[in-house]
Amino acid sequence: MTVTDIPEKDDPEKAAEARPAKLGAVGWARWFWRTLTSMRTALILLFLFALASIPGSIWPQRGVSDAMVGQYYADDPELAEWLDRFWLFDVFKAPWFAAIYLLLFLSLIGCVLPRTTAHLRELRRKPPAAPRNLSRLPQYAALDGDLTVEEAARRLRRLRFRVTTGDGWVSAEKGYLKETGNLLFHVALLGLLVAIGAGALYGYRGNVLVVEGDGFANTVAAYDRYMPGQQVNAESLEPFSFTLEDFQATYIAQGRKRGQALDYSARLAVSDRPGAPERAYELKVNEPLDVNGTMTYLIDHGYAPTFKITDGKGQVAFEGPVPCLVVQPATFASECVIKVPDAQPEQLGVLVAFLPTAVPAEGGEWTSVFPGAANPTAQVYGAFSGDLGMRDGVPQSVYEIPPEILKTLKPLVMKADPLAVSQKLDLPGGVGSIEFTGVREWIALQITYDPGRLPALLASALATVALVFSLTVRRRRVWVRVGEGPGARAEAGGLTRTGGGDFGEEFASIVVALNHGSNPGVKDAR
Amino acid sequence: MPAEADPVLAALSDQLILVTVLLYVLAMLAYALDLAFGRDRAETSTAPAEPVLAAVGGTAATAAQQGEDGAAVRSGADEVPETAASGAGEDTGGTGPAPKPLPAWVTRAGTAALVLSWLGLATNLGALVTRGLAAGRWPWGNMYEFVIAICMAAMAAFLLMQLRYPVRFLGATVSAAAALGLGAAVHSLQVEAGPAMVALNSYWIAIHVSAAIAASGLFIVAGACGVIYLIRNDAAVHLPTREELERVAHRAIVIGFPIWTFAVIAGALWADKAWGRYWGWDPKEIWAFITWIVYAGYLHARATAGWKGRSATIVQLVAFGCLLFNLIGVNIFIPGLHSYAELPGQ
Repeated sequence: MTVTDIPEKDDPEKAAEARPAKLGAVGWARWFWRTLTSMRTALILLFLFALASIPGSIWPQRGVSDAMVGQYYADDPELAEWLDRFWLFDVFKAPWFAAIYLLLFLSLIGCVLPRTTAHLRELRRKPPAAPRNLSRLPQYAALDGDLTVEEAARRLRRLRFRVTTGDGWVSAEKGYLKETGNLLFHVALLGLLVAIGAGALYGYRGNVLVVEGDGFANTVAAYDRYMPGQQVNAESLEPFSFTLEDFQATYIAQGRKRGQALDYSARLAVSDRPGAPERAYELKVNEPLDVNGTMTYLIDHGYAPTFKITDGKGQVAFEGPVPCLVVQPATFASECVIKVPDAQPEQLGVLVAFLPTAVPAEGGEWTSVFPGAANPTAQVYGAFSGDLGMRDGVPQSVYEIPPEILKTLKPLVMKADPLAVSQKLDLPGGVGSIEFTGVREWIALQITYDPGRLPALLASALATVALVFSLTVRRRRVWVRVGEGPGARAEAGGLTRTGGGDFGEEFASIVVALNHGSNPGVKDAR
Repeated sequence: MPAEADPVLAALSDQLILVTVLLYVLAMLAYALDLAFGRDRAETSTAPAEPVLAAVGGTAATAAQQGEDGAAVRSGADEVPETAASGAGEDTGGTGPAPKPLPAWVTRAGTAALVLSWLGLATNLGALVTRGLAAGRWPWGNMYEFVIAICMAAMAAFLLMQLRYPVRFLGATVSAAAALGLGAAVHSLQVEAGPAMVALNSYWIAIHVSAAIAASGLFIVAGACGVIYLIRNDAAVHLPTREELERVAHRAIVIGFPIWTFAVIAGALWADKAWGRYWGWDPKEIWAFITWIVYAGYLHARATAGWKGRSATIVQLVAFGCLLFNLIGVNIFIPGLHSYAELPGQ
């Protein structure tokens, strides 16, 4: 985008249109540059920029809603393939999107640079000499009394005008802050772009799921998903660690809004660097943990019931928490998968439905009525034995047994009665037993390091302040001519160089100040 | 934060909303009467009380007021009576051509309209305050409350502008929009007062959402000007001139745009605290960005000569459309992180 208020005389548009018939390479380059930096091109690019971001709100974006992108692929792979060819799942990383904003910012630079030098020259220049006939100006008034040049200049200076005088005239100008603000605003936008770019190159982002009682140390290996910028060194991660001691979710227990969450709070014991003493931190939504600029956010939570699985040989083959996926967000009915590759003689796979507050429903089914764990039950709805296929090197999700493997397994139990805490289910055929030992909770964390955060904040704060000056200040000029000879009266004229409402009111108060040498704010000085 | 809302205050809030709708509808009728019969422009709009202005050349002063640049005055035929009225005002004692005396009730309609809308603004504010007290939090935690707050902001923006500038002609449109907005909120968005979603428990709601509401109020005033601009035909002598409409719209946007910029930045700051990134191209962020860009485009288009009048007004209305889509459409149609609408029946 180009800077506002281009004075009409040096409007580059006209120069761009009047392009000579024969152009050399330099001529073409010059024509291209002129066209690019013209206001019309800038406006078109600006609107294209807005238009180009619309698809980003129509189609789900990778990194924002990956699951929905996956759904597109599942529903119609061919359409999804085509959408992907046009980067419609990655609009904001698309080359065509980048082309628009890079051209726009190039156009902006092309406009800001010459205007900055022009403005710096203006700042040193004296206001122009008074025109001969002040009454032709948009604002004009005859002044009372016999004002001298010196006195008029003094009174205008007191109104914070920049003043120059000549033979029988005074020329005054103020409002340079408009163009200063204007230029600073656009420079700040460039700064913002640089800060965002730097953040993407030198920052990283990762997700990790932590169960109550477990810990996390900030190393690449500890992440479930790690997305570094191109310039991030795995060694440079802030070396903090913490243990999740306890997680509490509070819900409304009564009334129509029963079950709505009121608060989430995770109690952490944080060690800022290896060997440092632990400190307690209460991690909440809107209150991230900050360790030297590396931020840890609480973004999700769920249940991780604990199980003890004994195999056919009577040995404990699995003991611990199993993070479950939430199926029904309103009641936190969840589904869990327990894979027991160590079970003997055969591996075991168990599918469990976890209900935090279970009540019987119709037809012998069970359902959860409340997200808090008031009556937690775990219902085994499928237990299988056989080779889980975990040794052949193909990575598997911990949240599912792949359907093609499930088909090869031998079903043991389908839909057992729900277990309460510390109840046990014996698997038929003497292959083992499953004990529901307790309930823990898991939290999903996002850990972010973005060195561009603070620069981006400073740039946008500067942009806002500069914008206010650019929009509210007006450049205005006032001239005074004092009469010659006895009886001749002084006169004043004024104009604004840039738009923005009526100058009349202010000019009137300037006239008052010129007449009386008083503060224009004092009305009864007249 | 209490889990239970205070039922008495919540009921009071609901009743105050109904009173507000009633007041806005009455105000709209009074503004319409004022517009149709009571409009005496030399008296209401340009009354240069300052004796200094009398010394100022008549044509020059009007030229500066009619054209933003003081240079580019495109005198349309519809503008001529205006110029005559304000220019000649000094000589004829500020009355201008008065065809026939108006009944007293008509001349009072404008005053009555202002009184009604100030009262409506007070009850609108009262409804929000009682709602907030009932729920024990900032009263813009869901779509219902947000729409009520925006209606209040639009009315407040208009009434405050009206104190300084002669923009009473906007009253009918703004109060109609506010009454319709409140009616729609009561009819299809109302939810029981209660705690907001956990993600909204932050002081940023006071900063980010309030700024968005204030900017929206100003943009609604500008949008009202734009709509009148487009539907106005040259025969509609009771309506303000196109130049006047454009000037008011521009003024509202010049104030609203920095506030909107601030709202977006405050939103980014909040996102940085809540979601682990300051900008993530969430649908709400995308449309806030688009709105910002199009309003920025409007300001540029106006600042560079040639894009004034109709085309600038259309750009402004496109931006306003983006704003409305962002405020309402995104909450309802597009799933995203900003899904705080808490629509009834969900």
